[in-house]
Amino acid sequence: MKISMKNRFTLSTVLVACCGLLTPLIAWAAAETIHEERSIYRDINVVQTGPRRCLIFNVHRGDRNQTCVDVNNRDKLVFSYTRMSFAGLLLNPDPQRILVAGLGGGTIPTTLADLFPEAMIDVVEIDPAVLKVAKEYFFFEENPNLKVTIADARVFVKRAGLLGHTYDYIVLDAFGGDYIPEHLLTQEFLEEVKQIMAPNGVLVANTFSTSRFYDHESVTYQRVFTEFFNFKLPSTGNRIIITQLSPLPPRGELVTRAQRLAPRLTKYDVPLLDYPTRLSTRVDWDMSRRVLTDQYAPANLLRDN
Amino acid sequence: MAFISGFCIMTIEMLGARIMSPYFGGSQYVWGSIITIFMLALAMGYLFGGRLSTRNPNAVTYALFFIGAAVFSLPIIVFADDIMRPIFLNIEDPRYGSLLASIIMYFVPTSILGMISPYSVRLLVQTSEHSGHMAGQLFFISTIGSAAGTLGTSFYFVLWFDVNQILWGSIAALVFAGSVILLFNYLRNVRVQNSAQPRYENQYEK
Repeated sequence: MKISMKNRFTLSTVLVACCGLLTPLIAWAAAETIHEERSIYRDINVVQTGPRRCLIFNVHRGDRNQTCVDVNNRDKLVFSYTRMSFAGLLLNPDPQRILVAGLGGGTIPTTLADLFPEAMIDVVEIDPAVLKVAKEYFFFEENPNLKVTIADARVFVKRAGLLGHTYDYIVLDAFGGDYIPEHLLTQEFLEEVKQIMAPNGVLVANTFSTSRFYDHESVTYQRVFTEFFNFKLPSTGNRIIITQLSPLPPRGELVTRAQRLAPRLTKYDVPLLDYPTRLSTRVDWDMSRRVLTDQYAPANLLRDN
Repeated sequence: MAFISGFCIMTIEMLGARIMSPYFGGSQYVWGSIITIFMLALAMGYLFGGRLSTRNPNAVTYALFFIGAAVFSLPIIVFADDIMRPIFLNIEDPRYGSLLASIIMYFVPTSILGMISPYSVRLLVQTSEHSGHMAGQLFFISTIGSAAGTLGTSFYFVLWFDVNQILWGSIAALVFAGSVILLFNYLRNVRVQNSAQPRYENQYEK
């Protein structure tokens, strides 16, 4: 009796294990790797599953997708965090000078260029291979108003500050891979970003919503910008920080702007009308955490703990 | 002592990229600059340390290597921004910017630390027969020190301390090592003198 119970248990364990193994295998079979490349910073993979084509960094370490596009409907923004980053438009609905740090598949700059064809857009990306892949597989195109610079974002921002360049819409999206560039999270860096923000400028930063690191990062943004909108959705592990130099607008104003802008964003699948109620200024982090500085920025170690 | 010097070399090297990233970014070439300069500095240190060891090798000179390395590491803490800002302003390409900054900040202290190994061999070796054995042991200890410095810095110190606090720690360790050598040397001289005294008297008596 005992033995048969044990057998049955073993059998069911094996079955469960098999199913567990099979499910990803089935998904794997449908996904086709259409490009693989090893750049000096990371392994780049382009994987297509049905109409969805995704850019994946360091696939062997189980990284999440970096960017995805729907090849049949290229305007559509597939990722929730990518859509969320457009909530920044609620603070500045008509940006003219835009900086995007971190190219990925190029969906954010492409969408911004489509929305604001007159705007001058600078993109700074550290990895030349990412630019190549974005052009070849993700329909990314440069034009006179949309320029990509291959550089470290910190160096680019510091130099832009020295040259007196300013931007009225800045997107920091350089935190996607499994390694966080620590020098892009410090108080000193954010001060440098502040330097290049026009008086009506908005900063949108795509970062993480989990772990102890969340507290450190929140405290750092709070130190530099005093207040910011914290934008999280249950569907994603990302959180978007949205802030500006002037005091944040009241919610009523956000709703009005969302109503005015939403029709222009429907083709990208951005549910802008849902966003105003989600933008929170409530402190939900541990305020006693240390500010990240150039002297102290073990972001990657903090994230793992 | 060899452990401390190995430890400090790698601690400073590991922090090098972090110190330079605000000006030159976190790109591959920043590491390239740092490692190149550390290797060149160590190479020069080995050469000159070896040459110095042929002329009257003594513990005081040996101790001065540690203290000198500590003193020349101070600019990394005190003048880092003053060194890197003008380089950033004048050199657009961060590759050459980071290379020049590495030369100015790390070359001198690292080459002094490099002098320690060959000089230690000279001080420790009694007979040519044992020289290989001694050198082997010495490199073993200093490289274990380097490994510990690398691991400690990258895994733990950056989590517990500021970059500058870690650098001050390295400087303190070097000064401590130099002082210990001077102290031992002093005590030994005193002992030698004391034990030598009666012998001289005997000689005079004869």
